[in-house]
Amino acid sequence: MRYFPHTEEDIRRMLETIGVESLDALFSGVPPDCRSSGSMNLPDPLCEWELDRKMDEMAGQNAAVPNLTLLLGAGRYHHHIPSIVPALANRSEFLTAYTPYQPEISQGTLQAIYEYQTLAARLMGMDVVTASHYDGATALAESLLMAVRKTGKSTVVVSRAIHPHFRQVIQTYLKPTGFVVVEAGFTDEGTTDLTGIDWTDAAALAVQSPNFFGCVEPLSRHADAAHGTGALLVASFTEALSLGILKNPGSQGADIVAGEGQSFGLPMGFGGPGLGMLGARQDLVRTLPGRLIGKTRDRNGNPGFVLTLATREQHIRREKATSNICSNNGHCALTAAIYLATLGAEGLVRMARTNHNKAAYLAEKLQEIGMPLVFSAPFFNEFVVQAPPRFEAVRRTLMEKGILAGLSIQTHYPELDNPYLFCATETVSRAEIDRFLAEVKP
Amino acid sequence: MSIQMAASGLSMNEPLLWERGRSGRCGVDFPEDDVPDRMLPDDVAASTVPDIPALSEIDVVRHYTRLSTWNFGVDTGMYPLGSCTMKYNPKTNERQAGLGGFANVHPLVPESGCQGVLRLMYELEQDLCEITGMDAASLQPAAGAHGELAGMLILHAWLSQRGETRHKIIIPDTAHGTNPASAALCGFRPVAVASGPSGILQAETVRNVMDEDTAGIMITNPNTLGLFEAELPEICRIVHEKGGLVYADGANMNALMGIVSMGCIGVDVIHLNLHKTFSTPHGGGGPGAGPVLVKRFLEPFLPVPRVIQREEGGFGLSDAYPLSIGRMVGFYGHFLVCVRAYSYIRSLGAEGLRQASRLAVLNANYIRSTLKDVYHLPFDTPCLHECVFSDRKLLPYKVGTIDVAKRLMDYGFHPPTIYFPLVVPGSIMIEPTETESLEELDRFVEAMRTIAEEAERNPDMVHAAPCRTRVTRLDEVEAARRPCLAG
Amino acid sequence: MKDITELRFPENLRYASDHEWARREAEEAVIGISDYAQDQLGDVVYVELPKVGARFAKGDVFGTVESVKAVSELIAPLAGEVVAVNSALENTPDLVNSDPYGEGWMMRLRCTQPEQYDELMTSGAYVAMLKG
Repeated sequence: MRYFPHTEEDIRRMLETIGVESLDALFSGVPPDCRSSGSMNLPDPLCEWELDRKMDEMAGQNAAVPNLTLLLGAGRYHHHIPSIVPALANRSEFLTAYTPYQPEISQGTLQAIYEYQTLAARLMGMDVVTASHYDGATALAESLLMAVRKTGKSTVVVSRAIHPHFRQVIQTYLKPTGFVVVEAGFTDEGTTDLTGIDWTDAAALAVQSPNFFGCVEPLSRHADAAHGTGALLVASFTEALSLGILKNPGSQGADIVAGEGQSFGLPMGFGGPGLGMLGARQDLVRTLPGRLIGKTRDRNGNPGFVLTLATREQHIRREKATSNICSNNGHCALTAAIYLATLGAEGLVRMARTNHNKAAYLAEKLQEIGMPLVFSAPFFNEFVVQAPPRFEAVRRTLMEKGILAGLSIQTHYPELDNPYLFCATETVSRAEIDRFLAEVKP
Repeated sequence: MSIQMAASGLSMNEPLLWERGRSGRCGVDFPEDDVPDRMLPDDVAASTVPDIPALSEIDVVRHYTRLSTWNFGVDTGMYPLGSCTMKYNPKTNERQAGLGGFANVHPLVPESGCQGVLRLMYELEQDLCEITGMDAASLQPAAGAHGELAGMLILHAWLSQRGETRHKIIIPDTAHGTNPASAALCGFRPVAVASGPSGILQAETVRNVMDEDTAGIMITNPNTLGLFEAELPEICRIVHEKGGLVYADGANMNALMGIVSMGCIGVDVIHLNLHKTFSTPHGGGGPGAGPVLVKRFLEPFLPVPRVIQREEGGFGLSDAYPLSIGRMVGFYGHFLVCVRAYSYIRSLGAEGLRQASRLAVLNANYIRSTLKDVYHLPFDTPCLHECVFSDRKLLPYKVGTIDVAKRLMDYGFHPPTIYFPLVVPGSIMIEPTETESLEELDRFVEAMRTIAEEAERNPDMVHAAPCRTRVTRLDEVEAARRPCLAG
Repeated sequence: MKDITELRFPENLRYASDHEWARREAEEAVIGISDYAQDQLGDVVYVELPKVGARFAKGDVFGTVESVKAVSELIAPLAGEVVAVNSALENTPDLVNSDPYGEGWMMRLRCTQPEQYDELMTSGAYVAMLKG
């Protein structure tokens, strides 16, 4: 096996040094009744070219861009990834390092993640952003636990316009704790409806903007409503690119921002890994879950970076820690920082604007062929239309023609009438959109 | 053989990203607009551009290339971090995970469009079950601690379904630090128990604390002293008799592949770390993956959606598990990490995995044998994948574990895990893994022996280490007292 | 860490086995942690103190003190209501190290059971306990 450097002679010499007869004799501490009886039933090993062939074949069984025209987002977005992003992020000094517990030989990761924390904080309008979480959904769930800790209250108000999967993850995290989730509905405009909400003992209001329908939420109004009852406003997002042109959540009064950063240079990857982005106001820093990197100096006065405020974390505070998180998605945060550095402010704004324009074009054209927008609130690059009854059948045939046309969200929102969520990013050309429209035109 | 210090090559300085930027530069070219411009309303659109520095493509390339050279990775040299299994990360795994047919698949594509993805997930679950002796698996947990959380949620859900509420969970002092925090998230109060004089947990200890208010035990096997929990079968019987479950932290599975079947010795739930045992890169902090595996009777509680084999052929995703703990992540877990682990398992096969464990244990015992005359070895028995020394013999010279760790950098090695496990004061926890050669181990041993001599002869020099790195020891006190977390 | 003989334990204070000290001032008491405790902790980086008006029984946790790699709970040596906390520790937690009995004080209590003060250890008894 090419990964094992040991020769037979090496093994013999090493066993002799240790003073045992054989490799098996090394396991003398394992009682006989704990030993496996037979060998494991696994397929035979493959050499590298056999492996390549097998993996190519499996990969070939999937409908992937660019062979697929993707008019779907719903939490994962296909954006162009500049070649330099993976080329730099995958440099093995970044890729094969562990968590930077030894700062003297980890300054590369440390400075890069400090820079990520800074860029992310600026985009989200927060004072502090953590070094990353698993994904947007877990970041949101953890931020609600954080709000509960900070306020000492035990209810969270969660908008139904938040991604249904995110809400499911919140349920998973909160179920054994006994904290109560109160759901808030949505208005005809497609944004969170807070009328009639029972704010008793509410630690936080969680909304997503742009929300699952693609609509931009009036965060300032939500912030006023939450703060008026002593609750924190937690703002989430699934499409990080929207931060390029929308008012940032912090400037509108969000106390915690927790969302998904996959759009910043990460492939869709069938849903993972992504990037959980979690930020907060300065006064919440000691209740933050997860790692933080801070700037300091070395013994010679040179600037450098270290993991800091570790007393919040599991390895020190154990069962009283702010979270159990240890490994995070640091490499994804590094990737996001490289992506943002590549685009720069101007590129980010242009990219976001292009996304909005493509989606607006698609929405206008769908309306023209009898698929009206369900909601009236402004959207970024996703929106919901009401489709005619026969659309599902058309959609299925389109899949065979290499077009993935939106997503039915009927099961999550039974009160809506045949709703489909569409998305268009910069990667879709007008010609592709027009080809799709020609296919669905009645 | 004489050990040499690392040479300091030309190391480039590099400012912070925003100190490099100049307005007007951009690393991306855009095509002509092919659709009309549509402005967002003023009440939602930002009135200013975000404060992100503007760089050209070459600026970005230089910046991150230079930063990368300030890092130490497995590809740079030996990285013997105990309990972290920093083995070589095969390059072919990166190739497979980068295939467009995996990387560019949308998670909500219809089943017909992701059969290859689902097949890989299904087969990987089966393989992991085979390796651990468990019956069913979920790849959803995003990291080891997330797998622990999934396991604790499963315990909680199983108890609830039986109409039981239990408040405590037994956690030995040799467990990983994440264990108590994971248990606490499910409302369980950790009951710490001490391991016995030989470094393993004694069944008698468990018998004394296990009661009807205890949900079960979280036990790391092999434990963080690198020792097999030999009384585990009896411990399992005790816990089961009192109606509890046994959760094994499988982070150290690299010692036992093909040698011990955790399912057969009584474990009910276990998680694995694909970024340790199954060679996926750690990425400077993550992403990893922490699949959770269970015995058949706990299968209904696994996270949803599950990957299933359809009767009519092919694979699908199913939410039809009413007892499930629910969803753990936005989609299905770190799929691209799973591709790498799958690639690794297919490359090695059953015998290769078993050999990996045997050589990992060989390497750890070689280090144990060759260093025990100069470093204090608190448990002088054959170890498994890692061995734990302490700084006791160096204390007369006022040299501690931290100094040894820092001095190792000057000799070109990443330090071992230090001051963990807590049961050994000043611990130095070394896990070489199977991918280090005899020559590399000898160089490491020589460096450790040299440092022990230096500690006696010239302790000030050891205190001043590292002296060959870009920066010297950093002021962590100042960083924590007056945190500067963004520029 | 220093030898016990190098540490100071003023005789006008009383000490608890959890290493807090108390100084009686009429119906009130000033509370902090001992020279031994600060030496064991190392560089203090953060002190979490209660709000004015909070009430504690003897033995309650009233806050935490953190070094870079450890967190310790602060245990009330006396019952009472908090009338003041040392807000200087917010930005200069190092005062706990440099002057544990002076500028590094933590809170002032209005004692609800003043007789508890006499149950605390004298300097001599505390040093004897430390020497084991």
